[in-house]
Amino acid sequence: MTTMTMAKALNAGLRRAMERERRVVLFGEDIGRLGGVFRVTDGLQKDFGEHRVIDAPLAESGIVGTSVGMAMRGFRPVVEIQFDGFVYPAFDQIVSQVAKTLRRTDGAVRMPLVIRIPYGGGIGAVEHHSESPEAYFVHTAGLRVLTPSDPQAAYLTIQQAIASDDPVIYLEPKRRYWDKGEVDLDADPFALSPWHARVLRPGDDVTVACYGPMVRTCLEAAEAADCSVEVIDLQSLSPLDIDVVAASVRRTGHLVVVHEASSTAGLGAEVAARVSEECFYSLEAPVLRVTGYDVPYPASRLEEHFLPDLDRVLDGVDRVRAF
Amino acid sequence: MVDGMLGSAVQLLTPEGERVADEDYDISLSNAELKGLYRDMVLVRRLDSEATALQRQGELGLWASSLGQEAAQVGSGRSLLPGDYAFPTYRDHGVTWSRGVPPLEVLAMFRGVSTGGWDPIALRCAIYTIVIGNQALHAVGYGMGAQLDGSSEAVIGYFGDGATDEGDVNEAFVFAADFNAPVVFFCQNNQWAISSPRERKNPAPLYERAAGFGFPGVRVDGNDILAVMAVTRAALERARSGGGPTLVEAYTYRMAAHTTSDDPTRYRHAEELEIWRLRDPIERLKVFLARQGIADRGYFDQIDREAADLAVMIRDGVRSMPEPPAETMFDHVYAEPHEQLERQRRWLVDYESSFTHEVSS
Ligand SMILES: Cc1ncc(C[n+]2csc(CCOP(=O)(O)OP(=O)(O)O)c2C)c(N)n1
Ligand SMILES: [Mg+2]
Repeated sequence: MTTMTMAKALNAGLRRAMERERRVVLFGEDIGRLGGVFRVTDGLQKDFGEHRVIDAPLAESGIVGTSVGMAMRGFRPVVEIQFDGFVYPAFDQIVSQVAKTLRRTDGAVRMPLVIRIPYGGGIGAVEHHSESPEAYFVHTAGLRVLTPSDPQAAYLTIQQAIASDDPVIYLEPKRRYWDKGEVDLDADPFALSPWHARVLRPGDDVTVACYGPMVRTCLEAAEAADCSVEVIDLQSLSPLDIDVVAASVRRTGHLVVVHEASSTAGLGAEVAARVSEECFYSLEAPVLRVTGYDVPYPASRLEEHFLPDLDRVLDGVDRVRAF
Repeated sequence: MVDGMLGSAVQLLTPEGERVADEDYDISLSNAELKGLYRDMVLVRRLDSEATALQRQGELGLWASSLGQEAAQVGSGRSLLPGDYAFPTYRDHGVTWSRGVPPLEVLAMFRGVSTGGWDPIALRCAIYTIVIGNQALHAVGYGMGAQLDGSSEAVIGYFGDGATDEGDVNEAFVFAADFNAPVVFFCQNNQWAISSPRERKNPAPLYERAAGFGFPGVRVDGNDILAVMAVTRAALERARSGGGPTLVEAYTYRMAAHTTSDDPTRYRHAEELEIWRLRDPIERLKVFLARQGIADRGYFDQIDREAADLAVMIRDGVRSMPEPPAETMFDHVYAEPHEQLERQRRWLVDYESSFTHEVSS
């Protein structure tokens, strides 16, 4: 076991994946010499060369579009989008080509791309640097969506994402980049499938389902709660592993879904609908969502009012129990 | 016309403060105007250094420095007529200064108390665009609108060298050419897009791209405020009189880090900075003004005092900026009433006041 930050764990995972498969190439703005603005690719260009860690022009549609071409040629491009708010120029390529090529070629052409996106708020950033765009991608058939919540999960899931023959939108909770955790660098990334939710803390009274940046917040809330809270890290947002959530709700009868993204048509809505389909009679209260509001991400001095925090999670837990 | 790297750039004032002639461009400014340009550049530089200091003290979340680009920004900004319209990037503090945007309104977004900062309609200057290249299309569209209205305004759209990679900027060129839009594309080639070196990556001169799109491009010494004004004024005049778009490439240098979050020692050498320090835009105008007897020590000292006062105003102003109430995040999301959002606003207010009660009771 080694203690490291999530950023370092991702770096180690990328390194492993590049060692394992020489057709893995990294592609993105400022990822080479600079090592990326969050230093996730630090040192990789030095070790693997400019032909495998490629500093791209400043053009997201171009980066993803050329990655589609590279994938057609048998490469496994791992794209870095610098910040969540800058993925939108690439949206067309992602939705129209990355997501649909397998289907439109009757399975002949796979798109083993990974698009890494630092996402979410909490770092006091300026406009367009704190967004949570996961629902757009989850809504798009053909894309898989993963988001790690701790260094160990990051180390494993980035390798699993790269090994996947499907395109993966890989959302990195940027405010957790510097959180440290124990990482087993010898762990076999293929021993477990990444497309599952994980029960991180067992509990009997209320189930809290969350992912990415909110996992730590929810674990802290569970610790502080005056009842027994089960915390589930969804991890895979598409496909969504509803069985783990439903099994938990069958025991607790109460579900709170927590995310930073706005509530309307977000992951919380999807989880609530599926849980009510799966185990309606186990629910003792309506499913509650604790989320960002339906507003553009606010100016950074207001972000603490926008982002669900420990108190808001506890408030949700209290309300779902008091129903 | 100048040395190696600058290539065919228009220059009217050498780095040594020597007035030189150009075949195509000239400018004649009154002494008062020349002194005004000096004052603008000194004050903008002070605004910038003060903001950098405030960021280090934790008073601003981030700052993108304009250091070294004062001539490009003030020279082009001061070329605009009051009725013209500017679309700046996040780095163009000399442009917003020239448009009369109060410095504290510029700093509000960087402090994180505002998502914009000023009234773009009243000031005829759009808010800063952060998503690279988006505003180039807005500038063209605004110009197309002016054209449809039969008005003779010109529009200036700012972007960096890195932004010329983006589809939006290239599409802006296409639209501007197709519609003969009254727009000036003002590209500050400061040699770097974060860690990406412009000319090592692609040595083709940026201004030459314009020809392929069907309009003229010109490179100007971006640290020579006289040349910048001469070239920008001509391009704006061409736009106003129906001549269509022009691409101006202001050849300059980003003297500071990309932003206060950046560490440029990871990707560029200090020698480069030394070369460009000798081409400082303020110093050369100062030498020129002094040599010509247009301004003396007394004037320069007076401007320095003004800069010091500005710094005090900025420091105090930033520190005492009111914190917006939380519920203002629900303001202006929609122009028309939106019941769903109003419910969320009420929920937030009730929720947060439940804490205040607990504390105060
Ligand atoms: C669409 C988009 N992609 C990436 C970024 C992140 N980013 C911010 S500034 C910058 C470099 C811009 O370089 P340039 O256009 O030369 O302008 P400069 O910063 O040098 O003034 C990048 C990549 C962004 N803001 N928007
Ligand atoms: Mg630049």
